[in-house]
Amino acid sequence: MIRTTALVKRYGRVTAVEDLHLDVREGDRYGFLGPNGSGKTTTVRMLLGLVLPTSGQVELLGGRVGRDALAQVGALVEGPAFYGHLSGRANLRLSDAAGPGSVRRTRAHRVGEVLEQVGLGGVDRRPVRAYSLGMRQRLGLAGALLRRPRLLVLDEPTNGLDPQGIREVRDLLLQLNDQGTTVFLSSHLLSEVEALCTRIGVLDRGRMVLQGDLEQFQELTGLVEVRTPDVRRAAGLLGPSVAGVFEGGLHVTHDDPAALNAALVHAGVRVHALHAQRRSLESAVLGATGDSSDKVAS
Amino acid sequence: MIAVELRLMLTRWRTWVSIALLAGLPTVVAVFLAVSDVAPRPGTGPAFLSAVLENGALYPAAALAIVLPLFLPVAVAVVAGEAIAGEAQAGTLRYLLIRPVGRTRLLVAKLVSVVAYTLLAVLAVSVTAYVVGTQLFGSGPLPSVSGTELSSTAATVRTVLAVLYVGWSMLGVAAVALFLSTVTDSPLAAALGAVALLVTSGVLVGLEASASVQPYLPTRYWLAFVDLFRDPVLTRDLLRGTALQGVYVVVFLGAAWANLMTKDVTS
Repeated sequence: MIRTTALVKRYGRVTAVEDLHLDVREGDRYGFLGPNGSGKTTTVRMLLGLVLPTSGQVELLGGRVGRDALAQVGALVEGPAFYGHLSGRANLRLSDAAGPGSVRRTRAHRVGEVLEQVGLGGVDRRPVRAYSLGMRQRLGLAGALLRRPRLLVLDEPTNGLDPQGIREVRDLLLQLNDQGTTVFLSSHLLSEVEALCTRIGVLDRGRMVLQGDLEQFQELTGLVEVRTPDVRRAAGLLGPSVAGVFEGGLHVTHDDPAALNAALVHAGVRVHALHAQRRSLESAVLGATGDSSDKVAS
Repeated sequence: MIAVELRLMLTRWRTWVSIALLAGLPTVVAVFLAVSDVAPRPGTGPAFLSAVLENGALYPAAALAIVLPLFLPVAVAVVAGEAIAGEAQAGTLRYLLIRPVGRTRLLVAKLVSVVAYTLLAVLAVSVTAYVVGTQLFGSGPLPSVSGTELSSTAATVRTVLAVLYVGWSMLGVAAVALFLSTVTDSPLAAALGAVALLVTSGVLVGLEASASVQPYLPTRYWLAFVDLFRDPVLTRDLLRGTALQGVYVVVFLGAAWANLMTKDVTS
């Protein structure tokens, strides 16, 4: 769906994106991660033809970035934007009428449908400038969904939403993805990406430092975390396989949590909880990226 | 996109308020003239104004001469300066381009909308002035500036030509403002830039020392539409003015297009 080859963007002497090979496949829920200022937005803008690459290629839906490809893409880039003096409904109708591939006859119906979908079904004739941040965000999402795109490119789509709103948007994206829409989500929020995405790419200072299936970054560490009030007894029982002890529990090198649990309980050690430890996405990402780029060190 | 753009322009309050103000200024002038019955002496004040008291049918031409030096070009510069920069500032430019509306198509739609606004403004001024003029000063056979009498058909044709000439002159302003609108993300800067150019041009046109560059200044031939009301019509300045505005329109629209096509949209 999206493939970039050796993509480079320079602004004067500053390199924003360097040698980027992005690979988003049909049906993916792709999470594009990176600290602020790492080049995510510049990349998203290049994918959509807003910013022109210095060198390298962008392939969008199997072709060049142009009218045909963009007509099948819905996007939300750096927050929604509307004509403030018009209502949300009027804004969506205008946007629909402005470009190709929209059928006038079905317009009112489609607008009503997407508003319903993003939870703005009951919205009145208030102008958009009177909307709250969350309502604008929902309206922006409605605009992206309006023509049932094959690919959704979303930059920080949950900005300004409350926890329920974030959950609703996530469920909506999962549902759309189920129906075949490819989702490209750019975010600096690890938790958001972890909760939604199947594949991730991590950008740091303009370079891709990690790209692959999410699971591959959450592999088992070979440790089992045991929470128990009887830490000392457990440690004595398990001996050298104890990798570390902490307040209220311990880490044990063991490849079968069920057998470990049986052994502990058999020996009379009380166990609150026990699970095989996975690497967190956070540690993988932090390990691959450097300092936050909006930090100005002395 | 053109239809959408026109609808947006026509449904904005700003459009109608500015047009009402434009048409209001000559109306105010007419009321003062009618009440005081004191016309500027011939050869002073805006063109035609001295003759208006005799014949209100000449007032549309006088009204154009009143709004032409400053009011009308400023209104056009504001609307054209807003075209691309306004969308950039509001953030809607990126969504239009993603929609996708091609960049060339967007520029054409904006141009059409600005042209429509300009014509609407010039027409509103002339029609209002005609109504106000004939009501307040009465109408009679239209005298030409040269003293001969014009038939009513000839007068109408010449007034229409004057409206078109003024509209064409304003298109030069629109082209400059539109170009600046693609350069900056601030509609105010674009409009002010165009106005600054006009003020500079106005100053130089009034200066004897700058006679050598005057034939190339955008405002040099604006008032040549007065020549349409001479008998016979004095075409020299009219043709030069038309050609000169044509050069400004082509050069600046070309520059606007080239700039927009190669621009990184980061707003």
